[in-house]
Amino acid sequence: MLSYIIRRLLMLPLILLGVSFLIFCLFSLLSPMERLATYINDPSVLKNPQAAQRLIDKYHLDDQFPAGYIYWLKSLVKLDFGWSPTANQPVWEAIMQRFPATLELVFYSIIPVILVGIWLGVISAVHHNDLLDQTIRVTAIIGWSLPTFIFGLLVLFIFYGILGWLPPGRLSTWAQYVVYSGDSFKNYTYFITIDSLLNGRLDIFWDAIKHLIGPIITLSYINWAYLLRITRSSMLETLRKDYIRTARAKGVDEKRVIHQHARKNALIPVVTVAGMMIVQMLGGVVITETVFTYPGLGFWAASSAQQLDYGSVIGFALLFAFMMVIGNLIVDISYALIDPRVRLE
Amino acid sequence: MYRIIKKLLSNTTSLIGLLLLLIFVLIAIFAPYIAPPLFPDPYQIPRMSWDVEPQPPGFPISDDMRYIYESLGQPIARDKAIFGTAQGGYDIFYGLIWGTRTAFRVGIITVTCSMLIGLIGGSIAAYFGGWIDELLMRLTDIFLSIPFLVAAMVLTTILGRGLDKVMIALIAFGWMGYSRVIRGSILCTKEEIYVMAAKALGVKDFRIIFFHLLPNTIFPVLVQASMNIGSMVVTAAALSFLGVGAPLGYADWGQMVSFARNWIIGSPGKAGEYWYAVFFPGIFIVLFVLSWNLVGDTLRDILDPRLRGEL
Repeated sequence: MLSYIIRRLLMLPLILLGVSFLIFCLFSLLSPMERLATYINDPSVLKNPQAAQRLIDKYHLDDQFPAGYIYWLKSLVKLDFGWSPTANQPVWEAIMQRFPATLELVFYSIIPVILVGIWLGVISAVHHNDLLDQTIRVTAIIGWSLPTFIFGLLVLFIFYGILGWLPPGRLSTWAQYVVYSGDSFKNYTYFITIDSLLNGRLDIFWDAIKHLIGPIITLSYINWAYLLRITRSSMLETLRKDYIRTARAKGVDEKRVIHQHARKNALIPVVTVAGMMIVQMLGGVVITETVFTYPGLGFWAASSAQQLDYGSVIGFALLFAFMMVIGNLIVDISYALIDPRVRLE
Repeated sequence: MYRIIKKLLSNTTSLIGLLLLLIFVLIAIFAPYIAPPLFPDPYQIPRMSWDVEPQPPGFPISDDMRYIYESLGQPIARDKAIFGTAQGGYDIFYGLIWGTRTAFRVGIITVTCSMLIGLIGGSIAAYFGGWIDELLMRLTDIFLSIPFLVAAMVLTTILGRGLDKVMIALIAFGWMGYSRVIRGSILCTKEEIYVMAAKALGVKDFRIIFFHLLPNTIFPVLVQASMNIGSMVVTAAALSFLGVGAPLGYADWGQMVSFARNWIIGSPGKAGEYWYAVFFPGIFIVLFVLSWNLVGDTLRDILDPRLRGEL
């Protein structure tokens, strides 16, 4: 087990290097002048050819292949990702400022997905082919076919436009005033739901929850549908295994057969789905935050892309690629922990 | 092959999917008759007025617009916007009808190209093995390490706006799945006796790959490709929705939805006033994806007999 984990950890720097090189290749599709624009916060410099050339030399933007890449890597290590005109601050600061909001959203989207998806999948498999099963299945197929941006707009339309329950954004104006400008509100974790409880402000907690529900549903419904399907089919397969028949023949209580004997083994393929969920969520964050104008990384990245703010977009891509590599590593290791067969490969 | 077609036609869900697809194909073919273009470039959505806010279904063309189109020498076949107009007076009905052509073009071109890249890469990796396999598969891993939508968004932003750029981005980051699938099946097939016989006869490597191995292993890849058309179209639409896809006024479903984004809530006191701006484009996209998913679901059942009748 330990050797498997060590082997995977040793691969990590290589993969990260490869990913950074791929993103550097994308970045190199831009002309040196356009790349220079991502480093400076005063666009008027670009109009002076000599000054611009001096800066291009300074940042090694026109160097031949290995030198330019190595210089770029060095600047990444120094956390110098350039300047973001969209956020009007350095890219790294912009990322760090928006990161907690996105993390809060993703955190609350993963837990209900895993619990509800597995629960519905087990129900669906146990009540195989009756009305409940068919309803859950059809809902899942329709959910699977609804693109995130349409689903999100529907949620906004119904729950904000018509019912007025779930407003867009992250906080109402009055709560923003308390959280960001007052001295009385202390940030411990930068998760507003947790900080408001630590500060004893139940009104702000409730406000944050109301703003979170819409984005959470939008970000996670596809994964519900997917997880449900996988749990259902792997549960169906497990229920036909010999040891389940043995357990039933021994007279074990049916509830115990399903929850103790079958479910545990049916959950193994579900872990693989977690890897796909990470991909879907990291992409979905961009669309969900844009629909709900939720002030996180995705919303910022989308507006940067619209304004051709290349530095921000590249910084965002690097961060999300790194998050995905690490996420996949965690999934693989937990897969090996659960299923002993994987370790031997 | 015959068995598969029979199965597709006898299954209710896949039959619904096929019928929906047929309707979309007909809409795409007869687009010039259903919605006659008013500009020389038919993919340019005509505007019915200069209004910023969306106008309800049945909204008539405004007088100054009528004057402009008449001076362009184009006969005005329909003087009402059946589905209403989107932000900026764009005719929703026209955008959706011609957007069907855009959807098919994007879906088929991106899937075909990325499948070809994946097939070539995957089969070479599996057939030759060794360091070539290692290199190509690590390359696949690296391309898979950036979330698809994020990668497509970054590449489109760098290349610039336009549908061709969107397609390049989708192809550049869409081939990895096919290369993995074909590699897996060729690794199994290349040990078969007929491959060994061909090798013993001195048949060239590439001839073996393309004439002996691929015809026997390509079917799962084709199924995967047909299922990916829907999701490629959705990703292209999502890019347009984010504002980095098709240029302004281009007949594209994603853009029609993005026009609706700022109006979805309605005006104070009249909640949901602009429902039509998101409803009609939404229905088109959802039905298109649903039809591909229904067909793909049945195809997968046929392929994987273990799950027959269960999934």
